[in-house]
Amino acid sequence: MMFAFVTIVILVCMGVVMVRLFSGPTLYDRVLALNVFGTCTVLLIGSMGFLFARPDFLDIALLYALINFVGTIAVLKFFRYRRLGDAPHDAEIIMVQENEEDRTAP
Amino acid sequence: MELAITLILFVALVTTAIAIVVMRHLFSVVMLSGVFSLLAALLFIVMDAVDVAFTEAAVGAGISTVLMLGTIALTARSELPPAKFSLTPLAVVVLTGAVLIYGTLDMPNFGTPDAPVQMHVGPDYIAKTPTDIDVPNIVTAVLASYRGFDTLGEVTVVFTAGLGVILLISGLGKRQRRKRGR
Repeated sequence: MMFAFVTIVILVCMGVVMVRLFSGPTLYDRVLALNVFGTCTVLLIGSMGFLFARPDFLDIALLYALINFVGTIAVLKFFRYRRLGDAPHDAEIIMVQENEEDRTAP
Repeated sequence: MELAITLILFVALVTTAIAIVVMRHLFSVVMLSGVFSLLAALLFIVMDAVDVAFTEAAVGAGISTVLMLGTIALTARSELPPAKFSLTPLAVVVLTGAVLIYGTLDMPNFGTPDAPVQMHVGPDYIAKTPTDIDVPNIVTAVLASYRGFDTLGEVTVVFTAGLGVILLISGLGKRQRRKRGR
């Protein structure tokens, strides 16, 4: 009973996060929404495992947490430097900082 | 309860797909495709296809989000509005979907015990894995031993594809051009 309640609450949370993801005014709202959605996924895998009396899949939740982290870091790195892969030169970092308002534009 | 969770996840999946189609801002589309992969992986877990969910989460939500961001870095940041509304793509998609659904009509129901998948070699693997291979996980035994050459081929293909993608997006040519310019 308790796990069913927890699962329902997590599903409601996912719904609310998806509203923010669809309508989020800025990019950072959407990045944060993706991150929170990943966290909700991790929690849902855990609670569903106990709900269906098969908590063997908890290690998958661990993998999801790692992927979520790496994905968020990659997205934020992309917003910061406008590219992935090799590190930018110092001049380009200054150029990116000057374009600060451009990054926050939706 | 399981059915309710499956239905909720499917509704969320369809909503995300529609939002991906409607949105023009490509950063948001990348974020939404990450959510789409996470939802698909959750559905796979509900259906007990844990290894598929593993792959979907690692490839769909992890690597392909990063690759799509890299693509946006090399191309444009927002999608051009469509020139005019055309019915042909919609018809092709609907037709393909109808054919695929028609193809599933012959298949045994989800989780049927006498489906060919459960009857053919599955019992042999379950019975013989402890004596043949001595690996506790049967999926590992099948992938790494019974179908070892198949897995080796797959790994080769994935390695080649990864090498190609890394060469394409690493900016090797750009760096060499820059050096030559100086």
